[in-house]
Amino acid sequence: MHRSLLLKLLSAALVFGAWEIAGRIPISYAFPTFLESMTALARMTFDGTLLQAYAETLKPLVLGVAISALIGIGFGLWIGLSARSEWFFSPIFIVMQAAPLAALIPLLVMAYGIGLTSKVFVVCIMAMPVIVLNTASAVRNTPASLKEMGQSFLANNHQILLKIVIPAASPVIFSGLRLGVSAGFIGAILAELKITPTGVGDIISYSRSIADYPSMYAAIFSIILLAVVFLNLLEKLEDFLFEGNNRGYVSD
Amino acid sequence: MAMSQIDTPFADASMAAPESAVSVRGVSKNYGAVEALKNMSLEFPKGQLTSLLGPSGCGKTTLLKIIAGLIPADSGTIEVGGKAITGPGDDRAFVFQDFALLPWANVLRNVAFGLELRGVAKSEREAIAETYIANVGLAGFEKAFPHELSGGMRQRVGLARALSVDSQVLLLDEPFSAVDEQTRRKFQEDLLSLVENENKTFIFVTHSIEEAVYVSDQIAILLPRPSRVSEIIRPSSFRNKGVENIRRDPEYLDIVDEIWASLRNYVE
Ligand SMILES: Nc1ncnc2c1ncn2[C@@H]1O[C@H](COP(=O)(O)OP(=O)(O)O)[C@@H](O)[C@H]1O
Ligand SMILES: [Mg+2]
Repeated sequence: MHRSLLLKLLSAALVFGAWEIAGRIPISYAFPTFLESMTALARMTFDGTLLQAYAETLKPLVLGVAISALIGIGFGLWIGLSARSEWFFSPIFIVMQAAPLAALIPLLVMAYGIGLTSKVFVVCIMAMPVIVLNTASAVRNTPASLKEMGQSFLANNHQILLKIVIPAASPVIFSGLRLGVSAGFIGAILAELKITPTGVGDIISYSRSIADYPSMYAAIFSIILLAVVFLNLLEKLEDFLFEGNNRGYVSD
Repeated sequence: MAMSQIDTPFADASMAAPESAVSVRGVSKNYGAVEALKNMSLEFPKGQLTSLLGPSGCGKTTLLKIIAGLIPADSGTIEVGGKAITGPGDDRAFVFQDFALLPWANVLRNVAFGLELRGVAKSEREAIAETYIANVGLAGFEKAFPHELSGGMRQRVGLARALSVDSQVLLLDEPFSAVDEQTRRKFQEDLLSLVENENKTFIFVTHSIEEAVYVSDQIAILLPRPSRVSEIIRPSSFRNKGVENIRRDPEYLDIVDEIWASLRNYVE
């Protein structure tokens, strides 16, 4: 535990060191050093700019990710459990996953305008397919012998789903959630860059237009930091809910 | 154990045999074009251990799962305790070849899982589970997870789970095939004392001739294509001479030879 924390810190130090050096050479006039970016980050944090920006950005992000997780897991369970709905729905999500999002954005704007709804849609389009598809395939791959065991000990369908299928599928469901959340972050920023500049997307495009590159990189850095923190929280949640799954699978 | 005759044909055996715990009557099962079981009939005497012995693919697992109510028969009936079955029931418990333990649950929860599904309160089911965990020799491992146990210990967990629901009939599908030879021998001895002490009916699938003869009160030899019961053998004279002497007993050796003689034609 201690060791892995140390390794994480070491790898962070390496990356930031490389960033600092690359900024000092500099590899491009538009590439600020690590320290310049951190200074900008501190400034924006303390003058309230970031707080205001995140109040905007988090709305579509949190809504979109929550909707994607709820509906995505629900759909995934349904698709995984019934062959008929798989046949019908799984192509939709496969297409959604493969669709070039930037090309869809004009359509969304036409249908839902430039407000929150369109942005939530963008987040959902990014986040939901991988959650649905992972959940469905995890459910479909529940070991048959575990389900049979449940039946032989008189489990009803409800118990088989709650006590066998979902716990067995949970590692893959959670890996889908992690991928979906990361994609949702990308979607939220993309929406702010492509639909209307608000929140963090606004900081990025505005500071770029006035060539304030440290602020631009500080905004990008802050969103990555937030994503990492969020993914770690998700991991804690998984540990808490399905403790034993982390202890490895039965195998010879 | 009422009979001393070896190689008794099925028809004779059923006349003199004790009361049946499970009766299989005219059961057939096809998987598409594959005829897994054809008009199979067999009686399983109460309180005894009956082995289903035969080459792989002759329908042993299929028969056991039909008795368990896990798959439906195409025709015929299964009676357990005199009543025809329609699905799984609390009168039967299954021990799986691949153990079928929940990897995310510790030994205690795995053993108590059958009771958990039946809605038995947590403290009560854990008390019962602890007794059976100790009975199968796993005391001290209650908090261990399946991946921390050896194959033999995992199967002891599977056995304890089946025992803890206190069913009249225990169905065991090649339970020892995935454990090493020494563990297997210990298991076979433990199984004999279980049969003696638990007053349950055991239906035991195996492909090992020696194992079947060692543990069984009655051995049903199944043959494939078409799948049928070719003989019923009831070893008797060595059963109460003590476990260490069984493998040296002349009757034991004769039966092993005889079974091999009738099965050898079916082994590719
Ligand atoms: N689910 C299934 N679908 C199709 N064929 C099956 C299935 N299960 C078993 N069989 C076939 O039925 C026959 C009997 O199988 P099984 O009962 O597993 O035999 P055993 O346990 O004696 O090895 C075999 O030929 C096997 O290939
Ligand atoms: Mg089998």
